[in-house]
Amino acid sequence: MKLLAWLGRKVGGALVVLWLVATAIFIGVRLIPGDPAEAIMGGPGSQASAEALANARSEYGLDLPIISQYFLFLAKLIRLDFGTSYSFKDPVLQIMGEVLPPTINLALLALVVAWLLALLFALLAMRANKFGRLLGNAVEIVAAAVPHFWLGAVLIMLFSSMLGWLPAVANGTPAGLVLPVLTLALPLAGFLTQLMRDSLNTAMGSQFALAARARGESRLTVFRRHGLRHAALPALGLTGWAFSSLLSGAVVVEAIFARPGLGRSLLSAVLARDIPMVTGIALFSALVYIVVMALTEAIERLIDPAGAES
Amino acid sequence: MSRTAKILSSLFILFWVLTAFAPSLIAPADPLAINPSQAFQAPSSAHIFGTDESGRDVFTRVIHGAGDSLYIGLAATALGMGLALVLGTAAALAPRWLDEVILRVLEALYSVPSLLMALLIIAFTGPGVGPAIVAVGLSTAPGYARLVRSQIRTLKNSEMLEAATVLGRGTWLKVRNHLVPNALQPLLALVTLGIGQAVIWAAALSFLGLGTPPPAPEWGAMLSAGRTYLHLAWWLSFFPGLAIVVVAAGSTLIGRALGGKVKAV
Repeated sequence: MKLLAWLGRKVGGALVVLWLVATAIFIGVRLIPGDPAEAIMGGPGSQASAEALANARSEYGLDLPIISQYFLFLAKLIRLDFGTSYSFKDPVLQIMGEVLPPTINLALLALVVAWLLALLFALLAMRANKFGRLLGNAVEIVAAAVPHFWLGAVLIMLFSSMLGWLPAVANGTPAGLVLPVLTLALPLAGFLTQLMRDSLNTAMGSQFALAARARGESRLTVFRRHGLRHAALPALGLTGWAFSSLLSGAVVVEAIFARPGLGRSLLSAVLARDIPMVTGIALFSALVYIVVMALTEAIERLIDPAGAES
Repeated sequence: MSRTAKILSSLFILFWVLTAFAPSLIAPADPLAINPSQAFQAPSSAHIFGTDESGRDVFTRVIHGAGDSLYIGLAATALGMGLALVLGTAAALAPRWLDEVILRVLEALYSVPSLLMALLIIAFTGPGVGPAIVAVGLSTAPGYARLVRSQIRTLKNSEMLEAATVLGRGTWLKVRNHLVPNALQPLLALVTLGIGQAVIWAAALSFLGLGTPPPAPEWGAMLSAGRTYLHLAWWLSFFPGLAIVVVAAGSTLIGRALGGKVKAV
């Protein structure tokens, strides 16, 4: 019963957020100076014919009063009808079905790699001496400050141009995936390590860690049974943000490695001012964020020793 | 902040301010002057960062690019922070229902990833420097606003404010004398952290061809142009990116020294 209520609250909250995003987009489209039909057709530069403009007007109901237009827009969204992309000439939903899997794969893989790297670094930092800690600190800060587009270029230079180990373009093979995933994962790993190290230090220096040691548990066992949970929690709370930053990064990474996906399609949709496509992708990424947030919350409840009853 | 950290931070900021306002002091050459006979020179003592496909000096361009890149980053942070201050303070001080409404709006804004939101805005406005500032500013505002809200709420329930209320101070007086000064220090740290991120986002937009148009020496645009010659001339992409990393890492360090925590903004 508690679970159902929680689920109901989540779904309700998600619907409100999606409705707000959709409304903001609706207002945004109407705020574009000039004829909205022209904007839908790709702006004044598109030189759309009078007939095409009339078609766009009737398809979007632009001849109706603004309130009816708004409800028509929402009604279409509820039926998952995002309209037809102007640059790809296919239904938006169909295009998203094609470009989504490669991007989600990339982002998930990067998330996993970033977590593994962060755990490894946090563990190493625990054992390091003063110099090692200083070095680790510097690496984390630089890693978190590196823009994806530069890191991608540097990795291509190193591993593709100079060493020739890995392909510079994503060619569908596992080897072609290594550089894009690393490009996305390294900056995130920098952020996560900073968080994990802080909380890990607090946990390992706490009373319960001392008590566990006094009971005769080894340092490693204490780390595994107590430290890890506390190290993971704050970083886990950031997963929603991390995933959304990975989607942002995917736009850049897909451009650098010539990889098909959501980001590439969004970029070309923006350049073509393809409003239906952009609307679909924005709503979709909002949905992904909400789902990831709900999942993280559920996982947090599972592993937080203190959060079970709250 | 220790004395050394203060001096180093001041020097760092001074250097970039000087570079942004008087790039010719450091790199006297013309950043747009082409010299085809000198194209694709590797870094040497004559051209420490090498030359690009038109024989332009990369070092000169990186230095002259600081103004544009930092301007966009600063303006975007100011816009985002300004908006966040208004929304966050309003949410914290407003009655519960209004707080709830603002929170929902912030959640909606936050649910669209920053770069995607920036692209969304540019889809409406078209590319350019102005839209890039608005795009980066708006996409960073919700993160800031949440932190401003929690900051003000903590202060609102503090004993200091309780004392002021007991003494019969008016709302305006409380905001001016207690809330603003006490909220400012952590926000300053946040802004410092944020500038580095904003510079990165702005450069990312230029990199994608949606910010500063070529041939202006903006870092993201330079990096993007150099990408075509990545196998031939690594220095074209490497050095503009290095400048971004230095600014971003520097702003992170200073922000952390000022007491900022690494948070998702």
